[in-house]
Amino acid sequence: MDCSHVFDFKVKRLIVVFTLLLAFFSVTSPAFSQVDTVEAAANAHAEPEGKEKFDIGKFALHHIADSHSWHVIGDFYIQLPIILYTDNGLVNFSSGAFLYNDDAKVVVEEGGQRFVKFHEKIYYASETANAHGQYVELDEKHHATNARPLDLSVTKNVVTLLISIVILLVVFLSVAKGYKTNYGKSPKGIQAWMEPIIIFVRDDIAKPNLGHKYERFMPYLLTVFFFIWFNNMLGQIPFLPGGANLTGNIAVTMILAIATFLLTIFNGNKYYWKHIFAPDVPKLMWIVMIPVEIVGIFTKPIALMIRLFANITAGHILMLSLICLIFVFNSLYIAPISIAFAVFIGAIELLVAFIQAFIFTILSALFIGMAIEEHH
Amino acid sequence: MITGSIAAIGAGLAAIGAGLGIGKIGGSAMDGIARQPEAASKIQTAMLIAAAFVEAVALFAVVVALMGNG
Repeated sequence: MDCSHVFDFKVKRLIVVFTLLLAFFSVTSPAFSQVDTVEAAANAHAEPEGKEKFDIGKFALHHIADSHSWHVIGDFYIQLPIILYTDNGLVNFSSGAFLYNDDAKVVVEEGGQRFVKFHEKIYYASETANAHGQYVELDEKHHATNARPLDLSVTKNVVTLLISIVILLVVFLSVAKGYKTNYGKSPKGIQAWMEPIIIFVRDDIAKPNLGHKYERFMPYLLTVFFFIWFNNMLGQIPFLPGGANLTGNIAVTMILAIATFLLTIFNGNKYYWKHIFAPDVPKLMWIVMIPVEIVGIFTKPIALMIRLFANITAGHILMLSLICLIFVFNSLYIAPISIAFAVFIGAIELLVAFIQAFIFTILSALFIGMAIEEHH
Repeated sequence: MITGSIAAIGAGLAAIGAGLGIGKIGGSAMDGIARQPEAASKIQTAMLIAAAFVEAVALFAVVVALMGNG
């Protein structure tokens, strides 16, 4: 992968400045606004024996999860709509109706039914509260056992998805327009930014893996590459319009992997299927080979799905954990170390955002290339 | 008192394995580039793909550890 032609010197300097800016914001905003609210919430229902210990795991997992409200700054949240498909049809109301409560203590009555929110999931409320004032039945592992309506809400991840669609459309429609107006001339503006990366996808990802039939798959590869890259970068921004963990959501990566899977099996030629169902080995070996090859069809997209999901999720957890060190040691003197580490990891995460988009695209191209390869 | 889960130890062991694997891939790529600097871009691409396969194993372990904790 030779990216040197992608970034010239000026772009490099811009990227450094942008990285530092991002790192600065990613350090200040989650550390000082969100942790405070979480700590305040933790203190509010602390056990009478003393202050509850700060739990890094719980905090990090809460922040990478999807949410029905979007924290902006301080006590200001954007309350996103909740849309439920219940036994009595569609019901919708604002998530503000739960009054910031996430412990099933506030019951919302809508459409003749009662709902509670418990750990960002909507449940049908119980008739009476339990010993802790919660309107859910809990098993011994503190998981709610109430029935759940089908949740079609516009959550934080859905909003981020829409934002990224708008960004992609704005960028690529203007790039496409650039090729019409500047026909035969050198690219201008945003087109000049995008052209080297599009050529990089074509020359370094599509051509080596797909051969002469690469043009059919360029739209898919470009879409997947820029979708993943833009969303990884949005995930690095800790405030609006970023902050959600879209490519770290396994449902999103699953759909992307399924797209690659379907392209692979529908474009597979006879050599590909022969390789799976009638490999060139002694017939006795087929007992072993065929099941292994069939499992191989499915493990490839599953590995794609988990690779992207786990990489991005691990990156987010790492950033949050480094910031949380300040609160675990409960000392201001640990802050410079923790911030220095977070800046360093943040810079690496920007690289990972690109590399994961690249890896997903090149592996998709590789799998499709294996399926359409002509026999020599 | 030690608290935590066996899953976390497993994730650590997987990290050792993936570290060894990626270290070997990176080292070999360095060797290759030193011998043939003109092939650097091709070697880098191949290196990243191989590293992604090794890394996936460690990431499976991370996912299992997360599930074990949750």
